[in-house]
Amino acid sequence: MIYREAGDFKTSYRDDGQTFPIRLDRWGYYALLAVAFLVVPFFIDSYWANAVLVPFLIYAIAAIGLNILVGYAGQVSLGTGGFMAVGAYAVYKLMTAFPGVPIFVHILLAGLITALVGMLFGLPSLRIKGFYLAVATLAAQFFLVWLFNKVPWFYNYSASGQITAPERTFFGWAVTGPATSASAKYLTCLVFAVVLAWVARNLTRGTVGRKWMAIRDMDIAAEIIGVNPLSAKLSAFAVSSFFIGIAGALLFAVYLGAAEASEAFGINKSFLVLFMVIIGGLGSIFGSFAGAAFLVLLPVFLKNVLVARLGWPTDLAAHLELMIVGALIIFFLIVEPHGLARLWRLTKEKLRLWPFPH
Amino acid sequence: MKLKLATALTALLVAGPAMADLVVPNLSYRTGPYGANGTQYADGFNDYFTLLNERDGGIGGEKIQTPECETAYNTEKGVECYEATKGNGALVYNPLSTGITYQLIPKVSADKIPLYTPGYGRTSAKNGKVFEWVFNAPANYWDGASVAIKYLLDQNGGDLKGKKIALVYHNSAYGKEPIRTLQELSKKHGFTLSELPIDPPGQEQKSQWLQIRRDKPDYVVMWGWGVMNQTAIQEAANIRFPMENFIGIWWAGSEVDVMPVGDAANGYKSLTFNGVGTDYPVYDDMKKFVIEPGKASQGGQFVGSALYSRGMYAAVVIAEAIKKAQELAGSSAITAPQLRDGFEALDITPERLTEIGLPDFGPEIKMSCDNHGGSGMARLQQWDAGAKKWSLITEFTEPDQDVLNPLIAEDSEAYAKEAGITPRC
Repeated sequence: MIYREAGDFKTSYRDDGQTFPIRLDRWGYYALLAVAFLVVPFFIDSYWANAVLVPFLIYAIAAIGLNILVGYAGQVSLGTGGFMAVGAYAVYKLMTAFPGVPIFVHILLAGLITALVGMLFGLPSLRIKGFYLAVATLAAQFFLVWLFNKVPWFYNYSASGQITAPERTFFGWAVTGPATSASAKYLTCLVFAVVLAWVARNLTRGTVGRKWMAIRDMDIAAEIIGVNPLSAKLSAFAVSSFFIGIAGALLFAVYLGAAEASEAFGINKSFLVLFMVIIGGLGSIFGSFAGAAFLVLLPVFLKNVLVARLGWPTDLAAHLELMIVGALIIFFLIVEPHGLARLWRLTKEKLRLWPFPH
Repeated sequence: MKLKLATALTALLVAGPAMADLVVPNLSYRTGPYGANGTQYADGFNDYFTLLNERDGGIGGEKIQTPECETAYNTEKGVECYEATKGNGALVYNPLSTGITYQLIPKVSADKIPLYTPGYGRTSAKNGKVFEWVFNAPANYWDGASVAIKYLLDQNGGDLKGKKIALVYHNSAYGKEPIRTLQELSKKHGFTLSELPIDPPGQEQKSQWLQIRRDKPDYVVMWGWGVMNQTAIQEAANIRFPMENFIGIWWAGSEVDVMPVGDAANGYKSLTFNGVGTDYPVYDDMKKFVIEPGKASQGGQFVGSALYSRGMYAAVVIAEAIKKAQELAGSSAITAPQLRDGFEALDITPERLTEIGLPDFGPEIKMSCDNHGGSGMARLQQWDAGAKKWSLITEFTEPDQDVLNPLIAEDSEAYAKEAGITPRC
């Protein structure tokens, strides 16, 4: 009744091709952005920032990155943790070597470095596909973590191999380091998440994205119609790694403040981000956010319900949490194998007809 | 309706209500590959504060609360736990994880909450001039490494020239801590050191032990934790490495590490800085006030074990620091910065330990503005597989401060420079 296309006239091709063709969606999107940028920063405390919103935004960026590779270009990757480590160590080396440069520049540079590394490890994708490619990227995961553990130059020869983010500012505001305010952390991650999601959305509906999807759907057919598999696959690896590198840089510099390669960027992280993409929905930007929300917020939510509200022992709660999250993953994948994004799409289609379905 | 639901859900994402009393959060882990070890430590920690609450009505009339938060030895969950508990007036943190400690050091310094890391964490935090909010008495990893080498020197008539020592370590910040010290000591004493990293969690270490079998080192020193310990001791038994030449750090010296290996673990040695067993007077009260009324943490099934005792020891030191802080502040409701002053003025003499009911349980702890690490003394214990218990085989030994102090100064200065800290005192 309210949620409908009728009456919302598009008078140009530009209007017709917009991301949110329905007025209510558009308003909702603008309202969400306005709340996220103008309201939340004034109310956020350090618990909400550090335990809920900052990890959610960072994992959303990583999930979008992996979704570009897996969901849009069809190249399975298990190297996400390794690429996040590249971003983290790159930003660490940059921020300690050039303390005067604004931190945002370093984070972007870390993304670019990760893009280069990603392209390098994407080269096997030109010859191998599917599970075999997954194994090749798994090698990247183990090699990169081993490298950052092994070569002391990467962690500035510190005694324990830990990297710690020193305080760096952006126009006088601390963005990394212990003195960073909750709102500064949140806003930094929000800016990156919004801009990168916008970039991803526009890349995937343009020429580049169509090439990726052509490769995903059938690579031989794509080649015949003139898509260059070399550039399409490597660009997918580059863009995906750029996103993942930025997520890794933010995870280390803004969120954790200190990290070590094997603990923070192990194989578990690769699987976590891959699960976010699968549960959220392959080939969907919204799905990346939904998947990240599901796997980051749900455990925190369950923990607070079980321990803080019900007063159960922490180990029982931790085990139950694993079981509940696991059961929900299975439930969602059975009910909707295409992920939360597809559920959302179906809801919206039903809403258009409501309350008079034919 | 939707709004109501949303507010209700939002409320559930936020941690529990604020508490009165003195709050000492227990960032514990009872799940995951380190859960078997973390559980015992957390129980000991909880039980001692329960004892103080039940017997003395708390400390200086203030009850102590120890809200638990499960970290699973995971740094991200550790951050979440820290953020969730610090708003409730948390006085001190003891996360029992070197990785989490590294993350919390900058955070506690900004939030002005002391961090107490007995026997783990960042070694150079001993330098109180740089690390104002961190305390790691009674001993740290470099002390442990030095005491172990001292013991081996004693065994070999003061000469380790030409000997081969292998370090088997958890490939993380924790396991890498002793490397620098051991390298210095190998230069000083002329032994060769080989480093064998084991990737966490450490169930897979066949290749490392194969290398040990091939190289035949005279001694193996281990920095392990959780499931890695039992695997290593099992592998050592498999290659028939003599157990009495195998020394673990204090975190590789609990019952759960040696029990699965059975008789083959007989003679395995480890460092320790606290006593084990229930032969201490404090356990009379513990039994009367905590265990028999059924108030023991998780049923009290680990009372007296090595890690339980260490958790209890950490609680003893924190309780003493709270008492000291109350004296200094002149009031019983202390704040975190006041507790920091209490830690810095802490002086646990052997007499005081006897008074608590734990004679000769730990070394004397005396802290000051520039020394946040105490004396660094540790001793060795040996596993008796027949009697299924640890027995202490040396007295408290002082580490080689000539080697350690320059290293601590160097590392803490590097941190001060990186973090922009001007040394105090």
